[in-house]
Amino acid sequence: MIRRRIVGDYLVPAATLVGVLVAWEAATHAFRIPRFVMPAPSAILAEGWDWRYRFLGHAWVTLYETLGGFALSIVVGVPLAVLIVYSPTLKNALYPLIVLAQSVPKIAIAPVLLLMLGHGEIPKVIVAFLVAFFPVVVDTATGLAATPPELLDLSRSYRASAFKTFLKVRLPMAMPFFFAGAKVAITLSVIGAVVGEFVGSDKGLGYVILSATSYWKTELAFSSMILLSVMAIVLFGAVALVERLVCPWLAPAGEE
Amino acid sequence: MIRLDGVEKTYRTRRGDLVRAVEDVTLHVEENEFVTLVGPSGCGKSTLLRLVAGLTPVTRGAIRVRDTAVSEPFTDVGFVFQQPVLLPWRSVLDNVLFSVEMLGLEPRQYRKQASDLLELTGLGGFETKYPRELSGGMQQRVAICRALLPDPSLLLMDEPFGALDAMTREEMSLELLRVWEERRKTILFVTHSIPEAILLADRVVVMTARPGRIARILEIGLPRPRTIESEFDPRFKAASDEVRSLIFARRAATR
Ligand SMILES: Nc1ncnc2c1ncn2[C@@H]1O[C@H](COP(=O)(O)OP(=O)(O)O)[C@@H](O)[C@H]1O
Ligand SMILES: [Mg+2]
Repeated sequence: MIRRRIVGDYLVPAATLVGVLVAWEAATHAFRIPRFVMPAPSAILAEGWDWRYRFLGHAWVTLYETLGGFALSIVVGVPLAVLIVYSPTLKNALYPLIVLAQSVPKIAIAPVLLLMLGHGEIPKVIVAFLVAFFPVVVDTATGLAATPPELLDLSRSYRASAFKTFLKVRLPMAMPFFFAGAKVAITLSVIGAVVGEFVGSDKGLGYVILSATSYWKTELAFSSMILLSVMAIVLFGAVALVERLVCPWLAPAGEE
Repeated sequence: MIRLDGVEKTYRTRRGDLVRAVEDVTLHVEENEFVTLVGPSGCGKSTLLRLVAGLTPVTRGAIRVRDTAVSEPFTDVGFVFQQPVLLPWRSVLDNVLFSVEMLGLEPRQYRKQASDLLELTGLGGFETKYPRELSGGMQQRVAICRALLPDPSLLLMDEPFGALDAMTREEMSLELLRVWEERRKTILFVTHSIPEAILLADRVVVMTARPGRIARILEIGLPRPRTIESEFDPRFKAASDEVRSLIFARRAATR
């Protein structure tokens, strides 16, 4: 049983990945594809290794912008969700604004924001935040509203205060929803940070990709992209890990 | 212990229409009496329980519990619903302790009693499990323990066994009777099942639909403690025939 799972969960995808890389490497040599069109995996790896120290600085900037935007999306998004759920008036007032903010393409906002806020990391943090906060608000609000009415009746019948009910019932009830939103938000934050860097910056992995392509250094662009993906995956995994720690009751039931 | 006099409840729906859920309900329930409410769906049974608990105000008439007019929730009451509505993040024991915690009592002082209750309902050894690791019947037992822990003198049960399969249902009814014999309290119990209503009750309140009214109140003279055997008593059959005819006669008349 366990063996089959290891084969299915790890071996098959790993073998597929290796297969694709080998085919790719072979194709670039066999068809003499120019390296600025499609560099071989080995060339990408070599370039990435060359850049390892410079990458560290750029990756740090992008990470910082991503985490800043993500943190802001939670700090702003969760209280907003609480307001929306507890006050119908605020809900009517805020929802259209939030949806409007969401429907403006963030790539279109980015140049304007950079114009307003100048260069540096802060505008990128704000773009990342703008991209990420929508799922946090919507999912958290959905979660807070998902408490069964019977449970709210029960709390009322024990004469528990609204705050106590919020703390002991509604907030934990919303946790799985919140984390669903946060997992989307962390991925979007990476995109937001890179979009911000594309528009105007001299640091960060987005900047490296942009400048590499303008000098036909496709290997460098590819290795930055890979680094960026690894970063996104690790960040996603970190949020998922926090979820498992905060919501242990969601873990699949142990089979005995 | 509970007195409902000429109680009417009219809801205003979100679209602004008025819905009369119950009308002219007069019912007096004695201390430690077990009263069941039967009637078609939508006849206002849940509404009556919520009115008695003070969760929603009456439109007309008066409700008194222990000679105090009910105008807001009071704490001497336990609630059990059709769904167990446990907290999925809490262990079974902590779910039982939820009631005393919400009442503002010190949960640590109730751990022993909570364990005893779980033992009494056949859940000894499940204290540290999560609700989703339990069957529907076991979850409902936890919900009952949660309601019983603060030892309220009034228990309001809204189709508590309605989501369970027939076998578990019968088992739970007898178990509830056993618990009730041991710690007497006043119980208002809503059910769809006529046999269940009769097996449990001192009196069965038969309601009719739209607007909900009391059609008749039947005394159930079956001796206690009751068992499965009680269902073979001729009085059981007579009572269930009467309830059935009351419900179906009304239905035929309104068709
Ligand atoms: N909060 C509410 N707002 C409007 N109508 C309600 C509300 N609660 C119940 N009703 C209506 O009152 C009637 C009785 O409902 P309920 O007490 O739940 O009946 P039962 O429990 O017997 O099925 C139904 O017609 C229902 O639609
Ligand atoms: Mg009901």
